[in-house]
Amino acid sequence: MNLELVGITKAFGQLVANDRVDLSVGAGEVHCLLGENGAGKTTLMNVLFGMVRADSGEIRVDGQPVRFADPGDALRKGIGMVHQHFMLVPVFSVAENIVLGFEPVRRFGFLDRRRAHKEIRHLSEQFGLDVDPDALVEDLPVGAQQRVEILKALVRDARMLILDEPTAVLTPQETEALFKIIRSLASSGRSVLFITHKLKEVLAIADRITVMRQGRVVGRTTPAESGEADLAAMMVGRDVELVVAKTPAEAGDPVLELHDLCVRDERGLTAVDHVSLTVRAGEIVALAGVQGNGQTELAEAVTGLRHVESGSVRLSGKDITNATPRHALRAGVANVPEDRQADGLVLSMSVADNLVLDVYDQPPYAKLGARDLARVRAGGEAKLKEFDIRASSVEDPVSSLSGGNQQKVVVARELSRPIKLLVASQPTRGLDVGSIEYVHRRMVAERDRGAAVLVVSSELDEVLALGDSVAVMYRGRIVGVVPPTTSREQIGLMMAGAAEAQPAAVAVPSGSGVPSRSGAPSGSGSEEQ
Amino acid sequence: MTTATAPPEEPLSGEANRAAQEPRPWWLGALRWMVEANVAVVTFCAIVFGLFVGAILIVVTTPATLTAWGHIASAPGHSLSVIFSTLGNAFGALFTGSIFSPSAVGHAISTGNGWNTAFTPISETMVSATPLIFAGTGVAIGFSTGVFNIGGQGQLIAGALAATYVGFGVHLPIVPHLILVVLAGAAGGAVAGFIPGILKARTGAHEVIVTIMLNYVFLNLLDYLLVTPPLQQPGQSNAISRTVPASARLPHLFGGGLRVNAGFLIALGVAAAASWFMKRSTLGFEFKVIGSNPSAGRTAGMDARLASVLVLTISGALVGLAGMSTLSGTDFFLSSGYGGNNGFNAITVALLGRNKPIGVVFGSLLFAALSTGGRYLQATTNIPLDLTQVIQAVIVFLVATPALVREIFRLREAGAGKILLFTKGWGS
Amino acid sequence: MSVVELAPAPSSFVPAPDERLVSLSRVRGMGAFLLALAVVMAFAFGLGSPPHAKATFLLSAPPAVGVSALVMPVRWVSVSLAVVCAGLGVALLVRTRQRGSYLVFGLGVVVFIWALLAWAARGNSLNFVAMLAETLVSATPLVYGALSGVMCERSGVVNIAIEGQFLAGAFLGAMLGSATGVLWVGVVAGGVAGALFGALLAFLALRYGADQIIVGVVIVAFCTGLTNFLTQQVLTPYQASLNSPSTFSPVGIPLLDKIPILGPVLFFQNVFVYGAAVLLVVVHVALFQTRWGLRTRAVGEHPRAAETVGIHVLSVRYRNVILGGVIAGIGGASFTIGSIGEFSANMTAGLGYVALAAMIFGRWRPFGALGAALLFGFSISMQSFLAVLNVGIPSPFLSMAPYVITIAVVSGLVGRVRAPGADGVPYSRE
Repeated sequence: MNLELVGITKAFGQLVANDRVDLSVGAGEVHCLLGENGAGKTTLMNVLFGMVRADSGEIRVDGQPVRFADPGDALRKGIGMVHQHFMLVPVFSVAENIVLGFEPVRRFGFLDRRRAHKEIRHLSEQFGLDVDPDALVEDLPVGAQQRVEILKALVRDARMLILDEPTAVLTPQETEALFKIIRSLASSGRSVLFITHKLKEVLAIADRITVMRQGRVVGRTTPAESGEADLAAMMVGRDVELVVAKTPAEAGDPVLELHDLCVRDERGLTAVDHVSLTVRAGEIVALAGVQGNGQTELAEAVTGLRHVESGSVRLSGKDITNATPRHALRAGVANVPEDRQADGLVLSMSVADNLVLDVYDQPPYAKLGARDLARVRAGGEAKLKEFDIRASSVEDPVSSLSGGNQQKVVVARELSRPIKLLVASQPTRGLDVGSIEYVHRRMVAERDRGAAVLVVSSELDEVLALGDSVAVMYRGRIVGVVPPTTSREQIGLMMAGAAEAQPAAVAVPSGSGVPSRSGAPSGSGSEEQ
Repeated sequence: MTTATAPPEEPLSGEANRAAQEPRPWWLGALRWMVEANVAVVTFCAIVFGLFVGAILIVVTTPATLTAWGHIASAPGHSLSVIFSTLGNAFGALFTGSIFSPSAVGHAISTGNGWNTAFTPISETMVSATPLIFAGTGVAIGFSTGVFNIGGQGQLIAGALAATYVGFGVHLPIVPHLILVVLAGAAGGAVAGFIPGILKARTGAHEVIVTIMLNYVFLNLLDYLLVTPPLQQPGQSNAISRTVPASARLPHLFGGGLRVNAGFLIALGVAAAASWFMKRSTLGFEFKVIGSNPSAGRTAGMDARLASVLVLTISGALVGLAGMSTLSGTDFFLSSGYGGNNGFNAITVALLGRNKPIGVVFGSLLFAALSTGGRYLQATTNIPLDLTQVIQAVIVFLVATPALVREIFRLREAGAGKILLFTKGWGS
Repeated sequence: MSVVELAPAPSSFVPAPDERLVSLSRVRGMGAFLLALAVVMAFAFGLGSPPHAKATFLLSAPPAVGVSALVMPVRWVSVSLAVVCAGLGVALLVRTRQRGSYLVFGLGVVVFIWALLAWAARGNSLNFVAMLAETLVSATPLVYGALSGVMCERSGVVNIAIEGQFLAGAFLGAMLGSATGVLWVGVVAGGVAGALFGALLAFLALRYGADQIIVGVVIVAFCTGLTNFLTQQVLTPYQASLNSPSTFSPVGIPLLDKIPILGPVLFFQNVFVYGAAVLLVVVHVALFQTRWGLRTRAVGEHPRAAETVGIHVLSVRYRNVILGGVIAGIGGASFTIGSIGEFSANMTAGLGYVALAAMIFGRWRPFGALGAALLFGFSISMQSFLAVLNVGIPSPFLSMAPYVITIAVVSGLVGRVRAPGADGVPYSRE
């Protein structure tokens, strides 16, 4: 399929998300759309997929102008999309998800399950997409869920596949497998539009590259013409230093000590499996791993948000196992949660209120059960300056802030009280480069001030740049603790469960799976997020 | 959807602020204000539309107008005059019955007598508003925490029952006795609110179902107690309770048979206290956070389960005061089905008042006026009182969907016309 | 935005209740409860009744072939049933798995009810078959209501307005059934009335994103007010012509209605009961086996996923909410032209909410809802039979029973339920 986007413009209020964007993708081509978070890539794809209507501009398929009122129109024209957040119904089976909206039926609208299974099996063999049609999607690891998403497009005979940040949740090895699938799709004549902000991937897979910044196309190139540094400069608009400036850690006494920690997830399956880990004052331990291998649950157990089944959590020698979140907080644990909008902020409330969300009942912000709103406001204004939060007023609802500034509100709040331990989960997810640099700087500063820092991240770049040591989690276990100088390939293997080779590390034999305490199939639950 | 796009560095409200600072004749601003969908205009339009629906109902169901419709072709003038006079009489009665009657006022001015008669309607409106203010405030506090208390009827009965027992069972001078009665009313309602609260926290039972079911439980419990000593009036076979003594009755504010009593002042005080509570207290803040985003509250160290117990208990206590206020203020004894629609109307009042105690006070006065006027309407024109409940429902439909009001009345968009979302799904 | 919710599922190709939701402590609680029941049975029912009192359960009712009545010595029956119940309670207390616990608990409750009825009928007789038949009649509107709830909530719209749709259906069904003299017109009218309020709910909730629970509650208030108003304004003055419909009389299914016990209960009922049975099967099959059902459930679980495969989320919801309204409205009509033959104010007495509870207890599945509706129906029917037997329990407590049981069921047995993922959440495309 030949696809052209001509002069696409889309504004949300005063914000122009896409400004006269042109893009063309030919048959059999792998085209990468590169841009940092907030550059307007997803908006453009939503326009293309009929989820959002453009203010002006035209979409042409094989030279013919088309109009997509909804995703159904796009699908009928042969355009399929794998969304960044998978669009799968968790309680449906794989087969149900794949055929949804395109169901083979018999008389009276009865589902023809046999035909659906046959078709799925045929396609999954053709493209090496291994899935079990009868499995429930919510029981599948993310990699498999992604294969389901791809099959969803293929079963509709999509000639063009849009992949929106598909590697965010994959190990390097899984990414490599995905690239193989992409190449086989391209060689079958299908076009692939690959959206990402990861430079290495672009160079590895693209035939052609289009770079976006602030809603505009700022460059068109190919991997042969441009290197990593060129692409980065194009994407951000200035030269980017891709490393975090920090001195070697001066680790002090142990602050956080986990001993034989076991935690279950929402479904009662073992998510953290006998984990022992120490984080010392003045060091940053980065917890790496593919999302859904128990890192989230581990962070939640430390901050008191999740029940600890067995084992212990100690903070500076004091036992805080199964302390309430409030207790953990008062004991000096700061928490930057993974999903800031869901767990970190009350979007409808003001910036000032969000800045005191965990100290609202403490002096000076309250006395005898009455809040001192003047102090809350003054404190908020001070923090706006200190943390460079761009908001026109502390009375504005925090929802009116950009993602980067929202995260700064969370960070500002957590770092504004005396803390011994900072737990930060995916602290830079979805942020632009400027905000990422800022958040990293603050975390290093906190380390240098003598706090222990535990960073949970599924971004390998971040893990390697930030960590003084790297702990890799796989299926609820820590498969090794290695220095950040370890090669990406090595850590990638560990993330996929392969044992770490260096003798110094706490290695665990791989391949044996996880002895699950609940008796449920091992790993089937802890894989997923 | 992912936020692929960042809002501009300068948020929009800054723009609006600058616009607001531009000099502009005040009347132009006032005119603009009147045609945009702000809270006041939307509420006003909702009330107008509600009354309009009421008028239609009268026109299509009253025998006189129905007959007139039959002659609309042959004698259109006469038919129309019948229809309009019926409507005029009806709305006149609504007004006369709830605010004041011009003729009675005129009589009072000219003769210097009969002021009581002139003030009776407004006094009755205040009397009817009293329980609504208590109960509406209680429901509003629940909504602010994302808890939907439909158990007003049951909690009201519980409060009234407790107040009655303390009323006739304790013998004290009036001041301590009344204090005790008021506290008992609150305690009774609190117990009735605590039940769904603890069930929600401990077992996850959704408060909407539990509170509704408890209404029927308390109605039946009341029926039982009314025919059982010591509550039953001795020597009576009817289901009627003992009467509370004078020391357990809320004093009238003005003499001369006007029934408006100290309960109204207590209600205003409670509304003011609730307003402070929601705006300035740490617990109120915690409630609001948990109501808007429970998981953020939990992450910040708040206890959402405890909050749902507390909020339902407090909410129940306030609704219990509503039962106390009618018992000690005007009724003095209990009968089957006590409290009538007050428990349910508390919800509509809370919605009309947009969850703010001050709004609840005005909403209560409005709905109280509708119902006292409605009683007068029923007495004078035979149009059933239930008409006012229909009008109230229509008003709340519109208040809950400001966008619809904007379309019906072609108002300009304004920030205040946001949709009210208070409740949570079954799972939470 | 979390896309994949982590919790077990109520819906899949193979329906199976999820075990992990039931905690062992809940099983222990059920065991303790059965032991308490056993104590009541042994002492209150057994030793509390005269030594030689006998209870008679009549088991024949027309048109079935007669069978002889069951005569039981109350004391012995109660005490031995108490032993059984205690045994079941102990069994629950020592269990280490949850599987089958509900069954054991249910058995214990059945045993308790048996003893209760024997005690109530001591020195007297109770027509057990009539009571079961009445159970079905009482459960019928609940089944309609719960199916209406299933239709709406599976597509992601909370329909708490069932009570209002009941009232509207009952009112219009009675009025038009009476005015035309044709009962089927009443059925259609009931459906239309329910559909109107379904449409109102859909309109306000889907087009304007209004809070669904609030709109539902206000619809109930509106319907209550309107039917009360119209009853006084219109029905009462013209009682004979507008509010005196006849009622559907029971129709026997040839041969089957002659079966002892089962015949009169299952095969000698009116059209509303048969209609509920048919509807139950239709909704179940449609929901789990057809394209419509798959799309409905997808929209209710994850509307954005449905949207991205070209399904029109709002159209699916509109259709389901209005169809749900039709079902609730017909259920409402069964109150007037199904049994009583006249509309009176507030006659549904909160049963719309009980139907909602039945849907939740039935975990958003038609047959689960049927089970719950039968349970509530039985408590309603038992209450009226016990009232006649004059057993010494004050009648307000008997009337309270269905509501208390509902509370006990939603808090003790259901616990934290898993509703369809997007239930009650307004949907907008951007």
